[in-house]
Amino acid sequence: MAMIDLPPALVLMAGAVVMTAVRGRARWVVGLGAPLIALADCWYVITEGAESYLYFLGHALNPVHVHPATPVFATIFCIAALGGMLFSLHQDRRVEQSASLWHAGGALGVVFAGDMVTLLVFWELMTLGSLVVIWSGGQKHSYGAGLRYFGMHALGGVALMMGIIIVVTQRISDGSADPLVFTHFAEFAAGWPGLSWDTVGIWLVLVGMLVNVGAPPFSPWIADAYPEGSFSGTVVLSAFTTKTAVFTLLVAFAGFEALIYLGLWMACYGIVYAILENDMRRILAYSIVNQVGFMMVGIGVGTKLSIDGTAAHAFAHIVYKGLLMMSAGSVLAATGKRKCTELGGLYRTMPITMWCGIIGALAISSFPLTSGFTTKSMIVDSIGEQSELLAQAGVSHTHLIVAWFLLEAATAGVFLHAGIKFPWFVFFQKDSGLRPPDPPWNMRTAMIGFAAICIVLGIFPGILYDILPYKLEAGEYSKVVYSFEHVMTMLALLLFGGLAFFVLLPILKRKETITLDWDWLWRAFIPRLYREVLTPLLEMAQKAQKTVLETLPGKSMEDSRLPAPLARKLGSAWAVSVPVLLIVLMLLVYLVIYFVVPSI
Amino acid sequence: MLEHLRTQLPALIVVTPLTMGLIVALIGRRQIGWYIAMATTAGVFAMTLQLLMDVLNHGERSLTYLMGNWPVPYGIAYKADPLSASVMLIVAAMAAVITFYARRSVASEVPVGKLHYFWGLWLFCITGLLGITITGDAFNLYVLLEISSLSTYTLVALGKERNRRALTSAINYLLLGTMGACFYLVGVAYLYMATGSLNIPDIAERLQPIYASWGTDAPLYQKTVIAGFAMMAVGLSLKLALFPLHGWLPNAYTYAPSAVSALLASTATKVGAYAFMRVIFTLVGVGFAFGRLHTDIALMACSGAAIIVGSWMAIRQVNVKKLLAYSSIAQIGYIALGFALANRDGMTASVIHLINHALTKGGMFLALGMVMYRLGGTRLSDLRGLGRKMPLTMAAFTAGGLGLIGVPLTSGFVSKWYLVSGCLEGGRYEMAAVVLVGSLLALIYVWRVVETIYFGKRDEEVQVREAPWTMLVPTLLLIGASLYFGINASHTAYIAQAAADYLLGAAR
Repeated sequence: MAMIDLPPALVLMAGAVVMTAVRGRARWVVGLGAPLIALADCWYVITEGAESYLYFLGHALNPVHVHPATPVFATIFCIAALGGMLFSLHQDRRVEQSASLWHAGGALGVVFAGDMVTLLVFWELMTLGSLVVIWSGGQKHSYGAGLRYFGMHALGGVALMMGIIIVVTQRISDGSADPLVFTHFAEFAAGWPGLSWDTVGIWLVLVGMLVNVGAPPFSPWIADAYPEGSFSGTVVLSAFTTKTAVFTLLVAFAGFEALIYLGLWMACYGIVYAILENDMRRILAYSIVNQVGFMMVGIGVGTKLSIDGTAAHAFAHIVYKGLLMMSAGSVLAATGKRKCTELGGLYRTMPITMWCGIIGALAISSFPLTSGFTTKSMIVDSIGEQSELLAQAGVSHTHLIVAWFLLEAATAGVFLHAGIKFPWFVFFQKDSGLRPPDPPWNMRTAMIGFAAICIVLGIFPGILYDILPYKLEAGEYSKVVYSFEHVMTMLALLLFGGLAFFVLLPILKRKETITLDWDWLWRAFIPRLYREVLTPLLEMAQKAQKTVLETLPGKSMEDSRLPAPLARKLGSAWAVSVPVLLIVLMLLVYLVIYFVVPSI
Repeated sequence: MLEHLRTQLPALIVVTPLTMGLIVALIGRRQIGWYIAMATTAGVFAMTLQLLMDVLNHGERSLTYLMGNWPVPYGIAYKADPLSASVMLIVAAMAAVITFYARRSVASEVPVGKLHYFWGLWLFCITGLLGITITGDAFNLYVLLEISSLSTYTLVALGKERNRRALTSAINYLLLGTMGACFYLVGVAYLYMATGSLNIPDIAERLQPIYASWGTDAPLYQKTVIAGFAMMAVGLSLKLALFPLHGWLPNAYTYAPSAVSALLASTATKVGAYAFMRVIFTLVGVGFAFGRLHTDIALMACSGAAIIVGSWMAIRQVNVKKLLAYSSIAQIGYIALGFALANRDGMTASVIHLINHALTKGGMFLALGMVMYRLGGTRLSDLRGLGRKMPLTMAAFTAGGLGLIGVPLTSGFVSKWYLVSGCLEGGRYEMAAVVLVGSLLALIYVWRVVETIYFGKRDEEVQVREAPWTMLVPTLLLIGASLYFGINASHTAYIAQAAADYLLGAAR
């Protein structure tokens, strides 16, 4: 009974609570034990198909529901939590570590949420965890970045909450048997529903999820907030928030065409900004946007193959992005420097970090024999497949062809900015004179472990394909993934990408800059709007109000009846005359309404 | 004997604190005022709990008690139904908890020579609030309203030792409060003129033929009844501090002694809201007030404005006590919006928010009272970095703040859930949007305080200790209860739905 009903999220959250109290060796036990137990519990729930219900406001809540995509996401979240903890445990950062476990627990809770209230609760808990992780980062701008992060996600959370409330209320009034259930919004897959009162709830839910996934115009929060975590905190941060949102979109909005366009934008946006960027961890953060863009396209296409591809890509992405972040984190921990212009030549003394970074870079560029090759190409191929189907059916498929070309180009772009640029500028290039050693054993183990996963999934993709939502489709796909044509296409793309990098190298060498983005909206435009438009307006309004108040009868009471020092300081908030006047006015208004309105 | 007393409960609940208040005031300076007040409020709490049980178990879900056995409509009848019994329970519970808390706090804020008056007035105030809730007589309601109001004015003025502005705010409150009460009284007189009765159900009954006569050639008392209701509506809006008649509230709450602020914030306006509901639903009838006169539109406009303006003003405050006072104005807006909707979810939201907000805001004012006790001030700068010095107090305050925003797993979320459901059920999408905006604004003003508490730097190294346990325990109890009712809303929802059904049933 106890085991059946235990949501895996609570294991991690209990671990987070215990983590705040324990010291010394016990920290290792809790930090590594909690993700392992959670993983075991996940698979217990998945295989036993346990369902458990709580009741809230008369409706059943189900915190251990298994969606088709749950197994793959739950597994990778536990692995990411394990790797992230292993990477950071040699240092005594209890706040950050317990917040990391809490953050991971929130993500795991969302993955198992069978209803929208559970979803919302874990969604918010997850945000709180990540906020603390950012704040405990100890970087120069951690506090401000955390605040901006929180503001952005609070907005998204409120949109999600309102959306859920509206959807649930509409379902109740339609007499739905299970109004809270979290499932696919079929009306959105069929086409573009207009913004009407019937769909406004679903649109709000979508907006809430899009904030977390980093869709435009919300993309900048990723590159703003993540690099402000500590060297180990960012590893954890990079895994959960966006991928949880990908999961929810996958469940709720698979096949919604608009996501294709948003995804394409994100894929291109991430590349452009990553190429312009100088801070190594911001480069990696922008490439999260780019990679999540691929997943968004996969969700938007919505065929079985594309959904499998999205889930598989999320799995592989968390591993190699974590690996890259670990590699960058090791460099940061050893040198204290973040900018590409200040680094270089580290291959001499950090061979393990370098090799792990290169494996991660190859995987993110989907080089054959790495996990990126066996997963990302599924999404791209599913587009080709779908466009062929549409062509046979005589439906316009131009948008899919455009999407296909853009994603192929983006694949080469990824190689450019993450595949070569990151290792080249950090480990090779000029000699910066820095001679840091490789990191401690636990960080090395975590990196080597993640690198091994990248390669194993590249050589034996079947392991991953077996836990995907539609195993059959993926099984078919595993036969073609290493076909001659497939490998050659990819190699050609990558080699030309590599050529481009070295040809363009003089241009790509970064100077220290800040890149302007959508965040111009809230950093410059809105403050300026406030200063230059709203403030004068308010001042004018104040003048008008003053004039009205001064001509009112009874003004003299305000000053004369108060003790002299009070009268000067406090002004109208203390005068009785205005409230009394208001009372009389109210009565007048009521009487007028009552006597005039009924007779109309 | 006990059985006999049990039938007298409705009267005892009101008479006990009244008598005890007199005794405390007359006994003089023997320093036993608090003990008597504590015993009385605890006893009253037990009695209201029993009364609520009796009402819910009673077949018709209402009990009528005739004062001196005079039959209606000649005598005064006290009437306990699910709504009045639950409001009384919350008033009595808050009174007991805050009284327990208040001993040290009041001793530090009120001069020793006036303590016996303080506790006497305290009990009178509670008498009035309980009486307003249970009475079934429109004129008796006025009398009890004045009992509670007059004692409240004095209690607010007793904050003058801390800050002389308490006197100005008390006189301000007195002028406006008296006007409100007068308006109500004039309204009652008009209805008396039309119906010749003061008993609420009796008036409601006698109004029916009057309504029926309107629209015919010889309308009876049309102008009298309408003007009477308008007078009552304005008077009660003022007692309830519904925007734009909220002018007295911020200063009164800010400069009153801490315990008084907590008592007022958690009970006085709630009882005002209750009285307003009573007048609309059981006295004049919802068909008249909303159907014919469209008071619901006016109420919604006022409450929407209250939510936005109250929250906006709260954002701009530097004194946290005043910030909470403005936030109360916004929360009153939620309550008024709920009953203005006049559907089941809206009414439930209104009653449930009455309970939840009493717990949350009461707890937050108590937390501030502890800050006052230790630091002597409640400005934002006093709270800077206090999260490390007074962790429990500040945790309670923060948890309460989350409730004001309506974060899931707090009671505020349950209230907003029902309220938004009610808005959507009534097709009032714009009001649902207002609730959303109100939550966002609440996020801002709560965040400002929380940020100061946990991230502000204390300049001076003054030794600040956690508050004494006699103050801490009641605070944590209230905040804990508000969290509990957020996670397990079944009790409050049951009571609130029973009350909503009762009122809506009475309305039909």
